[in-house]
Amino acid sequence: MTAAVRRRSQLLPSGRLRPGAAVSLPVDEVRAALELMLLSRRFDARAIAMQRLGRWGVHSPAEGQEAAVVGSCLALDPGRDWVVPQYRELAAYLHQGHGLERVVAAQMGHPQEGRIADEVRLLPVQVALAAQLPQAVGLAWGLRRQGQDAVVLTYLGDGASSEGDFHEACNLAGVVRAPVVFLLQNNGWAISTPRRLQSAATTLASRGPGYGFPGVVVDGNDLLAVHAVTAEAVGRARAGDGPTLIEAQTYRLGFHNTTDDPTAYTDPAELAAARALDPILRVRRYLTAHGAWDEEREAAACRAIDDRLDRAIARAERLPAPGPAACFDDVYAEPPPRVLAQRAHALAEAEV
Amino acid sequence: MAQLTMVEALRDGLRVAMADDPRVLCLGLDIGTLGGVFRVTRGLQAEFGADRVVDTPLAEASIIGAAIGLALAGLRPVAELQFLGFSHQGFHQLGAQLGRFRTRSRGRFAVPVVVRAPFGGGIRSPEFHSDALEAQIVQMPGIKVVMPATPADAKGLLLTAIRDPDPVLFCEPDRLYRLGREEVPPGPHLVPFGVARLARAGDDLTLVAWSAAVELCLRAADRLAGEGIGAAVLDLRTLVPLDVEAILREARRTSRVVVVHEAPLTGGFGAEIAATIQEEAFHALDGPVRRVAAWDVPYPPGRLEDHYLPSLERVVRAARAAVRD
Repeated sequence: MTAAVRRRSQLLPSGRLRPGAAVSLPVDEVRAALELMLLSRRFDARAIAMQRLGRWGVHSPAEGQEAAVVGSCLALDPGRDWVVPQYRELAAYLHQGHGLERVVAAQMGHPQEGRIADEVRLLPVQVALAAQLPQAVGLAWGLRRQGQDAVVLTYLGDGASSEGDFHEACNLAGVVRAPVVFLLQNNGWAISTPRRLQSAATTLASRGPGYGFPGVVVDGNDLLAVHAVTAEAVGRARAGDGPTLIEAQTYRLGFHNTTDDPTAYTDPAELAAARALDPILRVRRYLTAHGAWDEEREAAACRAIDDRLDRAIARAERLPAPGPAACFDDVYAEPPPRVLAQRAHALAEAEV
Repeated sequence: MAQLTMVEALRDGLRVAMADDPRVLCLGLDIGTLGGVFRVTRGLQAEFGADRVVDTPLAEASIIGAAIGLALAGLRPVAELQFLGFSHQGFHQLGAQLGRFRTRSRGRFAVPVVVRAPFGGGIRSPEFHSDALEAQIVQMPGIKVVMPATPADAKGLLLTAIRDPDPVLFCEPDRLYRLGREEVPPGPHLVPFGVARLARAGDDLTLVAWSAAVELCLRAADRLAGEGIGAAVLDLRTLVPLDVEAILREARRTSRVVVVHEAPLTGGFGAEIAATIQEEAFHALDGPVRRVAAWDVPYPPGRLEDHYLPSLERVVRAARAAVRD
């Protein structure tokens, strides 16, 4: 059995701080964090509605996990650090500088318009679970070898932590002391598979010490604690002290993705209990108690978010539908003649 | 006989196999309470218990590798990969291990493992959910490759797969899971491997296909019939073993062959069929064997897949060109 690991927490569900909590985010940054959390939540709602209308592709919401994503990405310096995502971390992509309009365009079937700009330190979303992790280790290791003091923050879930790639990545990261932070969002579910069937380990963070680096458990619905532990891990990585595995214990309030129906396998009482621990509620309470948030600010923030979403959607809807040539974009630097011939064939047939 | 969708037919097949043979067990992601992401195994855990319909941790290599071990222990595992595209995360357990175990043990151990995997385009799936990888698996000797196109065949071929002494990759076309119903024989309905099915008769040319491309070819044949062209459709059902005789019979009978598949053109299984026909029936042909396939590019986002997959138009045009030869 693994030793009991203390679960780090600062911001209690009541919105009060745990006595002695060393808060690493000033109030104005917490307010910006809440706005980012609200953006993530409202994006999810819009994405689901648009998917139901057949106008967007399949979407995996982050509902319930906003503190884990926002708290962790805010510990990075987007001017030098990288995010290597899985696919449920919209807020982190935006924090790195990826445009919301690009995210929307990609969801609406415009791959080129969804391209991540060259100056943004972010890799594309990864649907093949855990495949991003050895790549994140290599990126971190390589940046260090190139003389940069960059840190790589990479995301995974409880399900992905069962994949071989996770274990191979951790092992290599420990050996080369890669400046990488593994942010494991344990949301309790891999589609319908509950955490207890995913691993017999007491905590998923307990794997870290087995690979020679710290594993930290944090209340993943606690924005301040997630930020504090990630900032510590980023500091360790930057100082050359190697990787950290952070297990942010949260809860998937929505579904795996828009093709999933969790009512087939979830317990309504468990879900209701999880809803009471909604990470947005406690940040709202905290800021309200500090006189930094009220209903008026909330309404204004939501209006601004909805305007941004409306504009991004309207813009994407005006884009011409990509044709067959789009299938051939960016496959090779110099496409082989046979592929060029197929492209010409595809274009000619589209004109018939 | 019951009118079943392919999903229902597969479920019926699994139920028959599990009731018939206590050694049969299913393992995979989300196959228990949820019944799999496409609900093929819905109700089976309640009926047969959680030790025979097992929700596994999320790791394709260990699902396939553990199935090998379960088979070595005398069980008959039916492993489900959530999507064929994720087989790459277990690839070393497929070709290098599953396909070679009989050879590596010099015949001592058989590994009667069935690996079920949905795949294929047309339902706007996310990345890696649609890729047609059958030609990659065909290049793994020792594994049989089964590609049903109808509900009755899905059940019959699955039951044959479970009884087969060798490992089988059983590819299920997710676009056809609920597309239509047909009569499916009850009980232990067996469809033999290596026997192609003439899905439609026609005398002017033969369209050769498997899995979801058979449905596409049938629609193309309807269209061609309106133009006075009689297109036969040959459903190969299994790529390993391959019904070479049926392919050659059709090549000799109509003298014109078009192969249609969802996988990229180059190195696709269509090339193997074209090569086999030209080796064995060259002089019977009126023109070259034509191929209609996906382009040699990665599977694009769902909104672009209609530009990538073989379309009805492309099949019809290839057929018209073949008839003009």
